[in-house]
Amino acid sequence: MNWFSLRNPLSFAAVGALALAAAGCGGPAAEQSPPGGISPQVMADALHAVMESDRTVYTRNVVNRLQNEENVILASEHWKDDKALPLPAQMFRMSAEMVAETTDAFHYSLLSKWPVNKQNAPRTELEIAGLDAVAADPAKPFYGTEELGGVEYFTAVYADTAVAPACVSCHNAHRDSPRDDFELGETMGGVVIRIPLG
Amino acid sequence: MRPKSLFALWLTLTMGIGAYLAFGIAGKDKSIFLPGATSDGHYQIEASCGSCHTPFGGVRQEACLNCHAAELAAADDSHPEKKFTDPRNADRVAKLDARKCIVCHVEHRPEVTGAMGVSLPADYCYECHAAVAEERPTHKGMAFDTCAAAGCHNFHDNRALYADFLVRHGLDEPDTAGAGALPARAARAVLDFAERLPLTAADADGPAPSDSARSDSAPSDPATVDAWAASAHASGGVACTDCHRPGGAPWADKPPREVCRDCHKAEFQGFAAGKHGMRFSVGLPAMSPSEARLPMRRDSFSKTLDCSSCHDAHAVDTRRAAVDACLSCHADDHSNAYRGSPHFYLWQSEISGEGKPGSGVSCASCHLPRETRRLSGGERVFVQHNQNANLRPNEKMLRDVCLSCHGLAFSIDALADPESIGRNFSGRPSRHVPSIDMSLSRTN
Repeated sequence: MNWFSLRNPLSFAAVGALALAAAGCGGPAAEQSPPGGISPQVMADALHAVMESDRTVYTRNVVNRLQNEENVILASEHWKDDKALPLPAQMFRMSAEMVAETTDAFHYSLLSKWPVNKQNAPRTELEIAGLDAVAADPAKPFYGTEELGGVEYFTAVYADTAVAPACVSCHNAHRDSPRDDFELGETMGGVVIRIPLG
Repeated sequence: MRPKSLFALWLTLTMGIGAYLAFGIAGKDKSIFLPGATSDGHYQIEASCGSCHTPFGGVRQEACLNCHAAELAAADDSHPEKKFTDPRNADRVAKLDARKCIVCHVEHRPEVTGAMGVSLPADYCYECHAAVAEERPTHKGMAFDTCAAAGCHNFHDNRALYADFLVRHGLDEPDTAGAGALPARAARAVLDFAERLPLTAADADGPAPSDSARSDSAPSDPATVDAWAASAHASGGVACTDCHRPGGAPWADKPPREVCRDCHKAEFQGFAAGKHGMRFSVGLPAMSPSEARLPMRRDSFSKTLDCSSCHDAHAVDTRRAAVDACLSCHADDHSNAYRGSPHFYLWQSEISGEGKPGSGVSCASCHLPRETRRLSGGERVFVQHNQNANLRPNEKMLRDVCLSCHGLAFSIDALADPESIGRNFSGRPSRHVPSIDMSLSRTN
């Protein structure tokens, strides 16, 4: 189901609100909910709140606790072969792919300027600008609109920070990682959420 | 020519062509509608147009997935549709819409169709991985048409080819491990009969030759009873009537394949997914070796393929099914070379009792591999009866088959060498795939 269908009058209100928000700077209008509905920015922020919380809980209370603190089970990139826990980033991506099979009302992905898998490097202009922005100021999400494949999207980028020692140790040691100097709390990448408009 | 004659000619031609096409639609032979030769993977079912084509709807993705979804999932598909639905890949999808099977696997176009039914130019990886040499200096200078053709990568299944797997095995593994063996099959193939006691010839409950319940005059001869009494069926408590009178039905001298399927569900599912049984899955008559595109023995041409083609109906001898049944039809170089191969030597050793169980290598050892599946009651080892599943491409054999006895480096080289395959792996492979070397070089 597309929540922002052209047939839905509320969509026009949402798009109207978006029109007031210039690319890369979500203003007050984008934050305001249209009458009887929610704006794309509010929706994206809410989705991200769920994603970030789940991701932090899994990273801290499952992976970091069981692998790094209690030495119960390893987390591995090849978790099936190694009979191990999926890495937090893999968990996130598997969920994103499952969502993609379930709905096209929104899409999300985990990207980085320093990706282990180069397919997860920023590709669109907005992704590049967004990852730069959240790396500079992790507390401030980056909002904008972009057209991809003939569809207009509201796109939000949120900082993805190293919430546990496991994030840092794994990325710094991975031979495909372009960096080996990440520190706890540092921005390692960004969560990109896209909501189709129209 | 007079107008009346012209009209009569037009009418006759129109009616004739119409009748020809109508007969084609209604009749069994749909070949007149084929726009070109069908690929090796699908030609057996080309008469079942509706299996792939939806009237006025083309070939829908569901039609492909109805048959191939399970094996793609089992392969941890490296390029599933869901990876391409993210809008950030819209520009890539515009160049190569990898969300749909038929973009890469166009049917009825033999002039552009290559291995695995791929109809794209072989350098298709370039569209998304053009910068691979920047990420992997080891790949510098390599042509993109070698990605999937050199024994290094597959589009869908890379379970035995990913870099960490290659590094873990390394180059120092012996070509052949001395103590190699395949996993033992589950003691009982069918758990539904687990509580039954073994039966003997005295327990045979088939009707006497003169019994009016029988539908023909074939007697329950002692040899048939003895064959059954020595079989896994009798030792598993499966009586004559379990197959010949299932559910109390009238006695059937030749039970339909559904009787086998009802107990051996997993095995039949695999059989119906492979080239031996795929016609059954779309309601077509059984395949015959005479219709095969691989070389077959001429004296097999009158046969048709069913469960009992390989498994004797009463002896159900899996050893016969593992070698003799195969070689009674297949006559390609690989099959013809088997009886001169080290694999056959090991097979003979095992069946003579010299070799330990699982150490012999039959045709079935590789082509009907033993798969460990996790069930609610624990793990069980099944025989995969889709003999094509691990041949598309053959690197799919590496994990479940080759690595039971061989090192990874040797196995990759052997599977990438057509001459070695033709010799049924006698001698060393003449090719070397440098994928392990390349992966190791990145760890130093």
